[in-house]
Amino acid sequence: MSEEVDHSRRRLLTAATVGTGAIGVAFAAVPFLASWKPSARAKALGAPVEVDASKLEAGQMLKVVWRGQAVFVVRRVKGAVDQLSGHDAMLADPASDDSVQPDYIKATGAARARNPEYWVGLAVCTHLGCSPLGAFQPNDSFQVAGADLGANWPGGFYCPCHGSKYDLSGRVFKSMPAPKNLAVPPYAIAANARIVIGVDDAPKAVS
Amino acid sequence: MAAAPETAGTGKGLIGWIDERFPLTKLWKEHVAEYYAPKNFNFWYFFGALSLVVLANQLVTGIFLTMSYKPSAAEAFASVEYIMRDVEWGWLIRYMHSTGASAFFIVVYLHMFRALLYGSHRRPRELVWIFGCLIFLLLMAEAFMGYVLPWGNMSYWGAQVIVSLFSSLPIIGGTLVEWIRGDYNIADPTLNRFFALHVAALPLALVFLVVAHIMALHEVGSNNPDGIDIKKYKDDKGRPLDGVPFHPYYTVKDTLGVAGFLMIFAAVIFFAPNFFGLFLESPNFEPANPLQTPPDITPVWYFTPFYAMLRAIPSAFGTQVWGVMVMGAAIVVLFFVPWLDRSPVRSIRYKGPIYKTMLAVFSVSFVILAVCGMKPPSGIYPILARVCTALYFAFFLLMPWYTKFDSVQPVPERVTGHA
Repeated sequence: MSEEVDHSRRRLLTAATVGTGAIGVAFAAVPFLASWKPSARAKALGAPVEVDASKLEAGQMLKVVWRGQAVFVVRRVKGAVDQLSGHDAMLADPASDDSVQPDYIKATGAARARNPEYWVGLAVCTHLGCSPLGAFQPNDSFQVAGADLGANWPGGFYCPCHGSKYDLSGRVFKSMPAPKNLAVPPYAIAANARIVIGVDDAPKAVS
Repeated sequence: MAAAPETAGTGKGLIGWIDERFPLTKLWKEHVAEYYAPKNFNFWYFFGALSLVVLANQLVTGIFLTMSYKPSAAEAFASVEYIMRDVEWGWLIRYMHSTGASAFFIVVYLHMFRALLYGSHRRPRELVWIFGCLIFLLLMAEAFMGYVLPWGNMSYWGAQVIVSLFSSLPIIGGTLVEWIRGDYNIADPTLNRFFALHVAALPLALVFLVVAHIMALHEVGSNNPDGIDIKKYKDDKGRPLDGVPFHPYYTVKDTLGVAGFLMIFAAVIFFAPNFFGLFLESPNFEPANPLQTPPDITPVWYFTPFYAMLRAIPSAFGTQVWGVMVMGAAIVVLFFVPWLDRSPVRSIRYKGPIYKTMLAVFSVSFVILAVCGMKPPSGIYPILARVCTALYFAFFLLMPWYTKFDSVQPVPERVTGHA
């Protein structure tokens, strides 16, 4: 046996051992990292939610919880719906190109709703996830305590955390902290104003 | 290396027995009894020792709080009320912990300001500073997660806002946020894992970093208000002429500092534990409500300067990642201070008017940012926050130039300002 140490052989073996060990550590880390993902229980609780919005008066809002998130259901005043496309110049993303919504909602343009009378959207500000407040009265700058909505307020939502403003379709105004329009979840409208949040197609009515 | 005791006296008795098996006397001498610190420390040098005292307070009170606290969304809020009302002395332990959190940031901010005053981050103390910045970073994570645990409405929405910061990252943002929360929203799994991190993982890392911070400091020796090296002049035994042993000189002096600190600390705990809504915010006395954002979401005071920077930056190109990046950069830039400062002298005592002005402007901007972060984002505050954010970064990013061109005064050979 040689007294000489074969350094290149030793280096190779060390590198191979370290490499194998590192791969082992990476694999061993997977269960720990994966344990942070939403659990099977959390996923199961994300089932669709059904709302009966027919009892809402015009200009009223309802909040329901879907997947632990608050969802707005707003019954808009007829006049307000007609004016929705009138202030596109003030909006950051009037056609909702950069915003999150199902395609069938984007296709409805300024209304952003399956039925223009009922607007459904996540009550989660696209800035940092606060819950915006309803500020539906047009031209009333001081309807939200502690905030000045500015002149010619068309009616919409105001986020109290960082002052983002949205119109009645949840479309964000220009130069706001929030980058996108309020997201619209998948939903379907069954008979009358029964809104099912979390599905794209209304469940077939049992006849 | 033989572990033989150095002097005859230590080789006997229990201590001698231990010394043969564990470097007890050696550690004591190296870090306390024979650690020579400059003799001209002023009151700014209390805040390192005070940080240790507050850390000990947080560890002890924290351990006792876990004995009555329940880390679940259904029980957390009620268990904190239980601690406050039904557990014997529970209110005191909790107020010590909650006031300790704010006290931690007060002493750490002053400790960091001391380094900027006297150039304590300069070569050869760069690693001391970097360990310190890591401690600051961990402390922010620790404080944030601790704030979520009572599961009040501000806890909930604060968590919502801070965790959502990660959603602004391109591509991975959404998945990452879901992974952090463990649910589609801030929920029970989030609270449970924040509890685990707050009481086990982060404190362990924090204690480890504090040990590294002190070891790095003792390796190179303490800086002083004159910012000069005391190892240049030594006596015939190799001890710095301008140094005094940490024990008993600074153990006694720091004890005085601790006594003064505890008087203020106790006064806050007993007479103003909420500290006028700054240490404990009123919306947090309501249970978490996922459907109702508090009228103003403001973090606790120690985060407000960074929060103001986050809000000051508007979103652009369909993303609000810029504000997050600016806020992150405000912390990251701290790590580079030892290399940004090009002044030939360490201490502000011998630096010129430009550094003095910049440090003053920086300090005022930081305080104004803290105020802006507590106020609603309307009126003058967003503009003020933008100006102060610019000034905050100007202090750091222009430092290589203004410290180089600034005039300096001659530095003394030996430390000054002592009897």
